[in-house]
Amino acid sequence: MPNTDTMAAADDPLVREHRIKQQAAQEQRRDTVVRVVRQTVTFVVFLGLLAGLYTGYKAFGQSIGDAQHDWAVVGSVLPRTDDLNMPPVGEIFGQFGETPGGQDRIYAHILFDEAVFTLREAFAGFLVGLVIGMAIALALAQWRRLEQGLLPYVIASQTIPLIAIAPIIVIWGRKNFDVFPWEWQDWMSVSVIATYLTFFPVAVNGLRGLQSPRPENQELMESYAANWFQTLWRLRLPASLPYLFAALKIAATASIVGAIVGEISAGVEGGLGRRILREAFNYTTGPDRLFASVLGAAVLGIFVFLVVTAVERLVVGHQTQESTT
Amino acid sequence: MSEVPSMDEATSAAQGASSLVIDIRGATKVFNPGKSNQVEALGEIDLSVGPGEFITLIGPSGCGKSTLLRLVASLIPPSAGTVQVNGKPAEQARLDRDYGMAFQTAGLFDWRSVTKNIELPLELMGWSRGARRRRVAEMLEMVKLSEFANHHPSELSGGMQQRVAIARALSFSPSLLLMDEPFGALDEMTREHMQDELLRIWEETETTVVFVTHSIPEAVYLSTRAIVMSPRPGGIASIIDVDLGDRNASTRDDPAFFTKVTEVRTALRKVEE
Repeated sequence: MPNTDTMAAADDPLVREHRIKQQAAQEQRRDTVVRVVRQTVTFVVFLGLLAGLYTGYKAFGQSIGDAQHDWAVVGSVLPRTDDLNMPPVGEIFGQFGETPGGQDRIYAHILFDEAVFTLREAFAGFLVGLVIGMAIALALAQWRRLEQGLLPYVIASQTIPLIAIAPIIVIWGRKNFDVFPWEWQDWMSVSVIATYLTFFPVAVNGLRGLQSPRPENQELMESYAANWFQTLWRLRLPASLPYLFAALKIAATASIVGAIVGEISAGVEGGLGRRILREAFNYTTGPDRLFASVLGAAVLGIFVFLVVTAVERLVVGHQTQESTT
Repeated sequence: MSEVPSMDEATSAAQGASSLVIDIRGATKVFNPGKSNQVEALGEIDLSVGPGEFITLIGPSGCGKSTLLRLVASLIPPSAGTVQVNGKPAEQARLDRDYGMAFQTAGLFDWRSVTKNIELPLELMGWSRGARRRRVAEMLEMVKLSEFANHHPSELSGGMQQRVAIARALSFSPSLLLMDEPFGALDEMTREHMQDELLRIWEETETTVVFVTHSIPEAVYLSTRAIVMSPRPGGIASIIDVDLGDRNASTRDDPAFFTKVTEVRTALRKVEE
């Protein structure tokens, strides 16, 4: 047998090359920690700047009496700076600690409970949207002719304004959805609206992902005489995950938007949508509460985005791009 | 080079028709037949390969060497003629998993560790977990990557990825290894190193190899027979027997090596005229 057998691994030029690469990877991991810290700091600083800008503009407008002087845009094109139009930042955040009349919980607690309610609706809709989206992606990937026939309608479905279809879904839900073995409830209609916003990015990106394996990877599976399901399960689905997660980040935040708009249309009590509607209604007596509730919705959106990002790191951490050769 | 057919017959006769690993008779390949973009990729091809041979297919781009390899792999069917592998139709040989395949890109699955990548064909064949792990350990030892069992492809260099791909192709001990420019994307030093590794594995496993390349020194260094192919339509222009014996670093400076390199180059020049 050739002499290479006795060769120690360390003398192998490929292994040496690998060691260098490994060291670089280790440094990269350390960089990741640094990056997360830096990103967090940047975010907090950015928020602070935003609050400062808001407060500064408000103070400036107050000092000149809004559109009274040469600065005609202040208080006319830009919002007026009185406390009704722009409640002070301190009061907005102060609201979170207040206990509204007739309540036994502070406002932050109330918002939290309502956010959980909305999150449930959104999550149910998100899951159904994920399943429907992937089913569409699979069907389109399987039958190319279907892609040409069906895809325009999938895209067109997204051009219908949500405000228009939300009440229709709610009314249909109340009147027509009695084919289901369970009693249809309004929050389910809200979930359907979330589904409507979720399935689209999943279908489009899922299709791209399922079609992403290189021809030689497909040929490799064929050379093993792998059947359709084996190829799907071991090659095309895992290959689609990076594409899918890009879609899921959009879909997760969209499902929250869908749930909030859906609650408003459906008149469902108990969630953030209803909360925002109520605070808008009572704006004149408590503008800071509307701002605080909108902030709550924003935090919920950021939260689901971060959750999807974290799951993505766990699931496709090694799968950055096509393996470089 | 005029006595090409007789050389071919001599080889196949020596092996005896029944023990042929590959037996191609009058195989042609036309893509998009009857359409405006019809391409005659391969003219009539006759080729027999005996057990333990190391065959390289070399020729200018468009000569159909990859197409020929895919006919043998039954990834595409011939338009006419027959392709037999291990004495049965190529299609059946594919279903029986008689061959392993490696491509120009290592084509590893990023989401699987080195171990799981090598296991892939074994999983598809329904091997038990224990048997899979034992075999993977052997294969890793063979390609000298034991300490990288749990790494992911993105953590490996190009040469190491290609070694994993070879381990994957050979994991289920196929009698035939089909390689489509597997070292084409590697730098020259890594490439020569990989060639030595491949020769060692070829000797150890006694696998028959069909190897597509467009590097003349690579074809000469590796093969027992170099098949020079001509384009439009793809066909076999000449077959050059190579016998360099045990190959090592000095082989590449050997006059016999250069003689064969010149011979292949001359054949290729004729083809490209």
